[in-house]
Amino acid sequence: MELTEKHNEYWRKNLVYTAILLFAWFVATFVEAWYARELNGITFFGWPLGFWFSAQGSLAIYVVIIGIYAVLMRKLDMDYNVDEGDLE
Amino acid sequence: MSSVAFSHSTFKSMLKKYYTFYTGGFIAFVLALALAEQLGMSRQWIGYWFLFATIGLYAGIGYMSRTADVAEYYVAGRRVPAFFNGMATGADWMSAASFIGMAGTLFLTGYDGLAWVMGWTGGYCLVALFLAPYLRKFGQFTIPDFLAERYGGNIVRTIGIISAITCSFVYVVAQIYGVGLITSRFTGLEFGVGVFVGLAGILVCSMLGGMRAVTWTQVAQYIILIIAYLTPVVWLGMKHTGIPVPQFAYGYTLQKVGDLEKKITADPKEQEVRKIFADRAAAGRAALAAPDKSYAEGKAKVEQSLVSAKSSNAPADQVAAAEKAVAAYPTNVNAAKVQWTRETALAARSAPPRPHAQAFPGKDEAAQNTARLNFIGIVFCMMFGTAALPHILMRYYTTPSVQQARVSVFWSLFFIFLLYFTAPCLAVLAKYDMFTNLVGSQFSALPAWAAAWAKVDPGLLNITDINKDGIVQWAEVVIGGDLIVLATPEIAGLPYVVSGLVAAGGLAAALSTADGLLLTIANALSHDLYYKMIDPHASTTKRVTISKVLLLVVAIIAAYVTSHKPGDILFLVGAAFSLAASAFFPPLVLGVFWKRANKWGAIVGMAVGLAVCIYYMLRTYPFFTNMGVPKMDLWFGLSPVSAGMFGLPVGLLTIIIVSYLTSPPSKEVQELVEHVRYPNLRGDTVVSEAR
Repeated sequence: MELTEKHNEYWRKNLVYTAILLFAWFVATFVEAWYARELNGITFFGWPLGFWFSAQGSLAIYVVIIGIYAVLMRKLDMDYNVDEGDLE
Repeated sequence: MSSVAFSHSTFKSMLKKYYTFYTGGFIAFVLALALAEQLGMSRQWIGYWFLFATIGLYAGIGYMSRTADVAEYYVAGRRVPAFFNGMATGADWMSAASFIGMAGTLFLTGYDGLAWVMGWTGGYCLVALFLAPYLRKFGQFTIPDFLAERYGGNIVRTIGIISAITCSFVYVVAQIYGVGLITSRFTGLEFGVGVFVGLAGILVCSMLGGMRAVTWTQVAQYIILIIAYLTPVVWLGMKHTGIPVPQFAYGYTLQKVGDLEKKITADPKEQEVRKIFADRAAAGRAALAAPDKSYAEGKAKVEQSLVSAKSSNAPADQVAAAEKAVAAYPTNVNAAKVQWTRETALAARSAPPRPHAQAFPGKDEAAQNTARLNFIGIVFCMMFGTAALPHILMRYYTTPSVQQARVSVFWSLFFIFLLYFTAPCLAVLAKYDMFTNLVGSQFSALPAWAAAWAKVDPGLLNITDINKDGIVQWAEVVIGGDLIVLATPEIAGLPYVVSGLVAAGGLAAALSTADGLLLTIANALSHDLYYKMIDPHASTTKRVTISKVLLLVVAIIAAYVTSHKPGDILFLVGAAFSLAASAFFPPLVLGVFWKRANKWGAIVGMAVGLAVCIYYMLRTYPFFTNMGVPKMDLWFGLSPVSAGMFGLPVGLLTIIIVSYLTSPPSKEVQELVEHVRYPNLRGDTVVSEAR
C-alpha cells in the first residue's frame, strides 16, 4: 500500500528518538570508558566515578534508555494511529 | 479484539499466580532443607536433593508444556507476556560463565573486567532500538527466516544458517561443560555422568515442548538463579557494609580495599615473598639461557648434597630430603626446560597487587592507551554480538505484540541488570574479606572455608607458606576465578544448604542457556534447512518431529565434544560474539533501516565481514599461529577476541557499496520493509506473520 505523509512522519520521528537514545548509549558507553581514568579522579559515595559508571551507572542508564524508548513509542504509535489496539 | 485482550490478561494473571506460588514453594523447599541440615542431613544428600529436585521440576514443566503445534513449538504460541519473556530472556542470556565466572573475573582483573559487564548489558540497547520490535512485526520463526525474506534467495539463508549454527554450537559446548562441572562438584558424581544427567534435564524440556516448554522452564530457572546469586551477597554485605543491599554501599568498602592494597604493597613480609618469586623467576630465565650447562650443574649439586648428607651422618630426615631432591630432579634437559619455564612464570606473582579500581594500568602512556583500546574493543564486540545472537533475538518473536516486544527488552535487561550490577559488588566484598580475614592469619589456623577449599581443589585456592614464617601473605595465595561465587556462602558463614542453593543456581543458568541454544540450532536445521529449502511441502507434524530428532542429535554431538574437554572455552565464547556481530548485525539492521540494501549487498557484506573477522583471528591467535598459520602483528594492538571491531564496519560498508552498485530490491521487498516498520499499518496487504 502507499504510505501517507503521516506515516512517513511517524517513521521520521521514530528515527529521531532512536538517534537521541543511541547518542545517550554512546556517551554512557564509549565516552565514559575513554575518559575512565579522568573520571576515576572524582569520588562518588566512596567509588571512583569511572569505576562506578562501568559497574552500575552505565548499566542503569541502559535500562532507562530502553524504558524511555518503550514509553515514547507507545505514545507515538497511538498518535499516528499505527498502534495495535489494546493487546496487553 | 476485546476477547483477545481478555484472554491475554487472564493468561497473565494466571501466570503471575503460578509463579508466585512456585517461588514460595521453592523458598519453602530451601528452608526445609536448611532444617534437615540442622537435624543432621549430610552434605552429599543436600547436593542430591538440589540436583534432582530442580532437574525434576524443569522436566515436569517441560512435560506439562508438551506440544506438536508448529507455532507453539517454534515461538510459544506468541503469547508470552513482556514481563515473563524478560525473565526467560534473562535466564537464556546468563550462562554458567556469567553466574560462576563473572565475579571471579572481576575479582582478578578489577576495573578491566568491567568491559564484560558493560558489553553484556549495553547490547540490549541495540536490541531494543534496532531489532526486537521489527523482528516481532515480521513475525516468522527464526533469524535466517528474516534474512531470506528480506534479501531473497537461499544463498542468504544458507549463510544465515551456517553463522547461527557456528556461534550457537561453540556457546552450547561451554554450557554443557558448566553443567558437568557443577553436578560433579556438588554431588560427587563423575564429570561424564554429570554431563548426561544435565543433558537429560535439557532434553526432556526442549524436546517435548520446544520454545513453549523452554520459555516456561526458563522463567522458573531465572527465579532460582537470582535467589541463589543474591542470597549470599546480601549476607556478606550485611557483614561488611551493615546494610542488606550492599550494591548501593560498597563504594566505601572499595576504598578500604584500596588502602589495604597499599598496605600489602609496602609490607616487608609481602615484599620478602615477592622477592623470592622474582629470584626464582630470574634463576629460571638464567637456566634457560644456557640449558645444558645449568642442567649438569644442577644435577651435580643435588647429588653432591646427598653424598655430603650421607657421609656426615646427618639426621635421617635430612638424608631422605636429599634423596627426594635427587629423585625429583628432571630426567633430561627437555624436562628441566619445562620446569624452568614454569619458574619464569612466577614473575607474575612477584608484582604487588594491582589496584582494584584503577582503569587501564600499564607501564607507560602507550601501554595504558592500548589497554584502553582493548577495553573498548571487548565492550564493542560483546554489545554488537549480543544484538546478533540468534538465541536471544528469537525470544522476541514470542511476545503477543510489537509494543510488548519493546517492553520485553526493558524487562530482559532489568532482570539481567540485577545480577550484573551485583557481580562487581561481590568481587569487592570477597576481596575485602580475604584481605582482612585470610591475609595475616596463621597457617595452622586458616579461616574454615579457606582450609576446606584449599584441600578440595588446589586449582581454585592454593596457599603455600613460601617464606616459611607461618603467616599467610597475600602473595602466597593463588585464587581461581570460579572460587569467588562457589565459596561465598562459606566466606559469609552461611550453612551448607546455601552452597547447595548456589550450585542449583549455577545449574539453572547453564541449563537454561543450553536449552535456548540447542533449540536455535535444531530450528535452523529443521525449519530453515529442511522445511524451507529441502521439503517445503512437509506436514506440520513432520516438521516438528524432525526438529525434535535433530535436537537430540545435536545435543549428543555437543555432549560428545564437551566430554573431550576442549581447552580455552573463554576465547571460543568471545569469538562467537565477534563472529555473530560481523555476520548478522549489519544485514539485520540495514534490512530494516535502509530500503536500498539488496540481496547481493547482503551476501557479499556478510561474507566479507565474516572473512575479515576470521582472517584476523587466524593470523593473530596463538592457537592457530602455533598450528602453522603465518603470524602477523596485532592491528593497533587489539586482541584477537575483538576481531569483530574490524569485521563489523567492513561488513557494513560492503553491504552499502555493493547495494549501490547493483539494482534496488523489488517493490515487494520494499513493501515488506514498510510493513515491518509500523506496528499496525491499517489497510496493509503484506502478511508476514506465520501462525
